[in-house]
Amino acid sequence: MPTHSTLEAVSAARWRIAVSLTVAMMAAYFGFILLVAFNKPLLGTTLAPGLSLGILLGALVIVVAWVLTWTYIRWANAHYDASLDGLRARADAGGRR
Amino acid sequence: MTALGEPNVTAIVFFIAFIGLSLGITVWAARKTRTTDQFYAAGRSVTAFQNGLALAGDYMSAASFLGIAGLVALSGFDGLIYSVGWLVGWPIVMFLIAEPLRNLGRYTFADVLAARLRATPIRIAASIGALAVITFYLIAQMVGAGNLIRLLFGLPYETAIVIVGMVMLAYVLFGGMIATTWVQIVKAVMLLGGATLMALLVLSRFGMNPLALFAAAQARYGDSVLSPGRLVSDPVDAISLGLALMLGTAGLPHILMRFYTVPDAKTARTSVGYATAFIGFFYLLTFILGFGAMVLIGRDAITAVDAGGNMAAPLLAKGIGGNSFLGFIAAVAFATILAVVAGLTLSGAATLSHDLWVNVVRGADADEREQLVVARLATIVLAGLSIALGIAFKGQNVAYMVGLAFAIAASANFPALVLSIFWGRLTTAGAQASMIVGTVSTLTLIYLSPTIQLDVLKHAEAWFPLRNPGIVTIPLSFATAIVVSLLRPAPAEARRFVELERQLHLGVE
Repeated sequence: MPTHSTLEAVSAARWRIAVSLTVAMMAAYFGFILLVAFNKPLLGTTLAPGLSLGILLGALVIVVAWVLTWTYIRWANAHYDASLDGLRARADAGGRR
Repeated sequence: MTALGEPNVTAIVFFIAFIGLSLGITVWAARKTRTTDQFYAAGRSVTAFQNGLALAGDYMSAASFLGIAGLVALSGFDGLIYSVGWLVGWPIVMFLIAEPLRNLGRYTFADVLAARLRATPIRIAASIGALAVITFYLIAQMVGAGNLIRLLFGLPYETAIVIVGMVMLAYVLFGGMIATTWVQIVKAVMLLGGATLMALLVLSRFGMNPLALFAAAQARYGDSVLSPGRLVSDPVDAISLGLALMLGTAGLPHILMRFYTVPDAKTARTSVGYATAFIGFFYLLTFILGFGAMVLIGRDAITAVDAGGNMAAPLLAKGIGGNSFLGFIAAVAFATILAVVAGLTLSGAATLSHDLWVNVVRGADADEREQLVVARLATIVLAGLSIALGIAFKGQNVAYMVGLAFAIAASANFPALVLSIFWGRLTTAGAQASMIVGTVSTLTLIYLSPTIQLDVLKHAEAWFPLRNPGIVTIPLSFATAIVVSLLRPAPAEARRFVELERQLHLGVE
């Protein structure tokens, strides 16, 4: 579905998503590091035999990285690429006139 | 009875098979390497899945495989802090760098800066950061290679260095990026396959339940293996290391170069998705392997072979799969080193020949034949240099050099690159100053840090308290770029940024 947004609008949407996802990744990772640094006993809490909160959260940071990259790819494939196709199509149409 | 450090028949068979296969690939690639696009960028014909594997192969070093497994085996949870740190840069690469880089450049990340700023001065400044990163990374890899091969195969250190240097030279010199890409793909498949098999063998002894494995470790070595230990004692240092790992990944020249091997930005984006999946999976595996070694081999047996724990994974392979599995894992470790040094050397050759010779010395006026000759000469020089540096640093503790390479990549390359993509008012002087300040401040603060002052020079105290300077040098580099750009605006360069906006999103039409 070609959209009719301008280059400026496509660019603004692209950077909004990129910056939000970057902030989310940094929050997850540095949140984990800050907990390691400032609340070691909390992370040592055992949730089940063999599983501490620290191990669960560390593995979750890796899962968050996967989910965020997957989110971006899905957004870009669905919206960004369609907008870029729209820009290309209009440039072609403009060239023919 | 064969042990570590003695010639192992299976190891030698697998090793010769890998060398044979990779040199076969090189001969095949050499026939397809006629142009600079093929030499530097594999003809831009690599698929997303292939590039995802090759990125993983370029990034997962022997240090991360053996080092993290060892760290987990000796300290448990603390190893996970590193595993996570090595992965979190990849989403940043995808969100901020990969697509604009592919659309704006040709062979090196400096192309992106040169597209909108004054090309000659900016390429010189970018080359300083790029070559500094590549040199420190190469020293760490070569010294690691010499030690590892001596431990695994019983070869003398110097022989190991020369073999690594010569085989890597053959890949890059004759097969360029096509051979390098395929060596990285074969290595990534071997490393992921070997680590998966080993993890499954470990877990099969614990009912396929990782928690049962962790519980066994807890029963043997106490609750401390599951909770944070001494690794992160200083919060500021931990954040500083985290920043360098995260942003440094997005500033590594050999990683960035791989995005030029794919046909378009969409493929570049998808390839980072695959790379993030593979690398995250690999670091989760190393966590299982580390605990497996802790429980099944035991800490005393691991430190008896190597005090740093680097032999935990090979010992585990021998313990659960016998000498033939040890041989396979040893060959995988060797392949791992070769793939990483080949990628580093190729990106160094691109900086020397494409950025410095062709664009600075010859003013972008060099024909295809000359460009290829210079690129190959640069490859020979870099291979010779890495062999010399590998031998020169024999017996020295170079573990900090990987951290140093990431700190420079994060402080010198990343700020200028990301600002040139995002910020229209960046000027040539601003980007130049940022890259030089980033490189110099990182080198200076590492020199003044406890890492060099206490550990290497054995002084009583260090002037700078942090082992990782990133928390100072990365903001300093950003601030330098912004202040210098605002003090002396360059309206022509700002207009050029607007002109490039379309190419940034749509590529060269």
